[in-house]
Amino acid sequence: MASPLVSIENVDMRYGGPSGTLAVSGLNLRINRGEFVAVVGPSGCGKSTLMKLTTGLHIPQAGAVIVANSQVTKPVSIVGMAFQNPTMLPWRTTLENILLPLEIVEKHRHRLRSHKAEYVAKAEKLLETVGLKGFGEKFPWQLSGGMQQRANLCRALIHEPELLMLDEPFGALDAFTREELWCVIRDLHASQDVTIVLVTHDLRESVFLADKVVVMSARPGRVIAEHEVPFERPRQLELLYEPAFNEMVQKLHGEIATARVAA
Amino acid sequence: MTTLDTTTPVAVPPKPTFKVNWVRLAPFLYTIGLFVIWEVGVRISGLPHTILPTPTRVFEAIVQYWSPIWKNSIQTLYTTVLGFLIAVVAGLGIGLFIGWSKTIYAGLYPIMVGFNAIPKVALVPILVIWFGIGTVPAVLTAFLISFFPIVVNVATGLATIEPETEDVLRALGAKKMDIMLKVGIPRSMPYFFGSLKVAITLAFVGSVVSETVASNSGLGNMMASAQSNFNVPLVFAGLLMLAVEGIAMYALMAWVEKRMTGWAHRSSMAN
Repeated sequence: MASPLVSIENVDMRYGGPSGTLAVSGLNLRINRGEFVAVVGPSGCGKSTLMKLTTGLHIPQAGAVIVANSQVTKPVSIVGMAFQNPTMLPWRTTLENILLPLEIVEKHRHRLRSHKAEYVAKAEKLLETVGLKGFGEKFPWQLSGGMQQRANLCRALIHEPELLMLDEPFGALDAFTREELWCVIRDLHASQDVTIVLVTHDLRESVFLADKVVVMSARPGRVIAEHEVPFERPRQLELLYEPAFNEMVQKLHGEIATARVAA
Repeated sequence: MTTLDTTTPVAVPPKPTFKVNWVRLAPFLYTIGLFVIWEVGVRISGLPHTILPTPTRVFEAIVQYWSPIWKNSIQTLYTTVLGFLIAVVAGLGIGLFIGWSKTIYAGLYPIMVGFNAIPKVALVPILVIWFGIGTVPAVLTAFLISFFPIVVNVATGLATIEPETEDVLRALGAKKMDIMLKVGIPRSMPYFFGSLKVAITLAFVGSVVSETVASNSGLGNMMASAQSNFNVPLVFAGLLMLAVEGIAMYALMAWVEKRMTGWAHRSSMAN
């Protein structure tokens, strides 16, 4: 088998100097190309640290983070990120917001002006995929929370990242919108050649979407269990009500409860 | 489950009625009210116009001395606007510079605060030593007094970029310059334009202070000499002209702010 896209080996990360909090310790994780991995754990277990390590926003004090066969020493530009807060820039239209990464990424920024039409077409196609066709000219604050989060996904995907990092992207949404967006993500993962890491508190979300669920311990965070999700793709929302699904969610819940007590 | 019988509600268009828009009229009514109270108060109390002239007496003075009032008003407007424009350029530049890095921010901020605490009137004599009396000290005083709020606001806009936005861009390989150009500067624009309203009114304070102490022209000088002649109505006429100029410039800045950063007033733009 080919080498994994992301490989985190024995990583320690401490914030704020030698006496600061140890966020993660002895962290080991491998993510294969094309895989959908969900990371769950009690709050404060270093899930966001994991994201920042993988994207190169933080460099670990010990151990190594290897992304696409090279050790991470500076931000890696093959990732797209989306957070719980959509952070759309209010002075740009939705379409201009989505095109923002192209103005930054080295590969595209010099081509953007001359190939504008091509990129705009691509952005509009993405908008259509997430069900926002025709909303490109609207400003983000004219969209609902769910729609902003969809646009946020488009922005994370526009430069065709190999790795998509999602930090609780659906945390602030209502249950129905959340389920809708689960399906959007599911379809994106099925139709595009992208590896997704989803950090979440929602165990049902993790089991419904992921190929592999990674459970982290309380601070200092490390991986205490990895579970392959056995359910076949494509998965439908009905899966949420099947006994096997709920059993798995319950098992995860138990593990996290133990991890919390241990802390 | 029962199905509810839904009938389409028919909207009745509201009858067009003539209504006085009190909110729009309020500024005018209140201003007129103020003058009326002033007039009546002075007349009842019988204060001599060398202490507090009635508004009618003040308007009389405006008509009577229109030529010098006009000339000095233009002079004051000129020094104020010039000082203000320098403040805008310098304030924007220094604000961007300060907001650029945490170290510069930490280092320069106390100096700026200390500098701002100095009463600008105390600087006028120094400016006179350097540049002589007249227009230059007035312009510089207007500049010195009005650039601080611009600097602080621009720097604040830059310093309060959401960390998530920064993370998203940095993960894409954005340099500091990219983040400043794409996010920082547009983001600080509402703060900047908001500060212009404060700055322009302060600029009037600066130029008039300087004109009063060290000039041969301008409203400040005119009021000072009127005061030494016990021409109190003319002093009030000068104050009134200043108020009018101040309101006009403030309104202009408010309009510019609305034009340039409509996205920051989203509630009024939605729908």
